[in-house]
Amino acid sequence: MPIARTTLEEMLQKGFPNADIEVIELANDGDHYEVRIASDSFKNLNTVAQHRLVYKTLGNCVGTTLHALALKTSVK
Amino acid sequence: MTDALFAQIKKDISENDVVLYMKGSAKLPHCGFSATVVQILDRLGVTFKDIDILLDPALRQAIKDFSNWPTIPQLYVKGEFVGGCDIIKEMYFNGELQELLKSKNIAFNNKAA
Repeated sequence: MPIARTTLEEMLQKGFPNADIEVIELANDGDHYEVRIASDSFKNLNTVAQHRLVYKTLGNCVGTTLHALALKTSVK
Repeated sequence: MTDALFAQIKKDISENDVVLYMKGSAKLPHCGFSATVVQILDRLGVTFKDIDILLDPALRQAIKDFSNWPTIPQLYVKGEFVGGCDIIKEMYFNGELQELLKSKNIAFNNKAA
């Protein structure tokens, strides 16, 4: 089950209010996205911890409704 | 039941230096993300145990709970969760993966990097 790009953006903006967020559709099927987030919440966290934070924000949809999410996180 | 699966996971990642939980097998990956990690490990000449989570739906869920990580593939080195496809790819290209293998005394072919 796909997820709309706008829904994804809203969830991320809610979770990372001051971040630079870019959502790119990889296949235009609502199922494959690349997400780039630069946030100060990532400070002092390693990449695994940064990605966990994003997954937590997106709740249960990663790996279920959202099949493919390529993540690029960085510290703002 | 989850306890038994966690015990199995702990056993597998402690008995094997490098373990990849993936969709499909190393010879025949069923997902592009899994295939990417296999390619990286192959290019580095790292010996690893591949575990196909598609064969066992309970294990598929258990490994996600175990690592607190929602997606497959998942790479473990010396019993520790290292990351999924994006992280492994990033670490491979910036040399962190090679550093990690070196620090854990795991043989790999550095020439290919």
